[in-house]
Amino acid sequence: MKIEVLGMGCASCNKLYQNALEAVRQSGKEVQVVKVEDIQKIMSYGVLSTPALVIDGVVKAAGKLPKAEEIKEWIK
Amino acid sequence: MLKTLADYVVFDLLMARPGTHLGEALNFFIYDTLKIFLLLSVIIFIVAVIRSYFPPEKTRRILSRRHVYVGNALAASLGIVTPFCSCSAVPLFIGFVESGVPLGVTFSFLVSSPMINEVALVLLLGLFGWKIAFMYVGTGLVIAIISGIVIGKLKLEKYVQDYVYQMKVGHAEIVNQNFREKIKYAKDYTGELLRKIWPYILVGVGVGGFIHGYVPSEFLVKYAGPGNPLAVPVAVLIGVPLYSNAAGTIPIVQALMGKGLPIGTVLAFMMAVTALSLPEAVILKNVLKMRLLLIFFGIVALAIVGVGYFFNAIL
Repeated sequence: MKIEVLGMGCASCNKLYQNALEAVRQSGKEVQVVKVEDIQKIMSYGVLSTPALVIDGVVKAAGKLPKAEEIKEWIK
Repeated sequence: MLKTLADYVVFDLLMARPGTHLGEALNFFIYDTLKIFLLLSVIIFIVAVIRSYFPPEKTRRILSRRHVYVGNALAASLGIVTPFCSCSAVPLFIGFVESGVPLGVTFSFLVSSPMINEVALVLLLGLFGWKIAFMYVGTGLVIAIISGIVIGKLKLEKYVQDYVYQMKVGHAEIVNQNFREKIKYAKDYTGELLRKIWPYILVGVGVGGFIHGYVPSEFLVKYAGPGNPLAVPVAVLIGVPLYSNAAGTIPIVQALMGKGLPIGTVLAFMMAVTALSLPEAVILKNVLKMRLLLIFFGIVALAIVGVGYFFNAIL
């Protein structure tokens, strides 16, 4: 499983990255969390607002800041 | 009701005498703070729910392949309800341009979206009343439409960074929220936003209260009153670096207006605070060549100054 956090390094993007890490830690699962800051890669997902959260290639949230608990639900 | 509460706290609990500088400043501070926070909680929540129905992806779909005039008017209106954060200006701009939204229409959106925001709207409603809030929204729309049309007519596509046109934009479906999730998000969003802006509001209202109670009216009218033709452009210049502090600046401006600052100057200043921001310019530099960036800021600034003179002249 892989979580990608899309965003060009804004404050809320870092917050989302932290939330994702926290969710993975709480779930105890083996999940890879990566930041995607390259604009071409961000655009390739078709999102227009960041931060965005992609789990295994599926855009789960865009322009929002889901909490760790919500992300935990998505990776269950 | 709030007025009674503020009167009670200041004049009865704190035993400040009505009519004194301290009493009036304190009363103003408590009344305004209560009113603003009440309005903010309600209106930010409502706006957040409305906005969840207009994600930028949908707005783009509505705007793609639109032409001038109708497209500009639609883009400016959608700018009000589509959530926008300057941190996503780059993907938004690329996404719009790539899907065939004309450059001028894109700019109408980029002007109205930050300018007509919920915080500015609440503060204008709460502190200045319906009439001025309405004027702000109306003239904001006009500025966004006109700036976009002018940029469209100038044929400036060559001043967009070249890589923008080579981008490959995907079309992933974004998972939809149901109504309950939308409400929950709106609630969280309201809480987060309030947590972020409350110190600015307190400082702003505090300074406003001080001006209200202590600064003599003649002082301000002498320098920034209707007699000084430079007041409007200077107000716009001062507004640019104050970005993101609409929450703090609007209460101060309201107090200044009470001291005789003319309405056109006040509107121009607030529009400059919300619409023209240096951080946004830095971000837009990623997709615009310097020349287009300067033209964009120049046109919007000119339009705002024009609005300022217009209202100073007719009211």
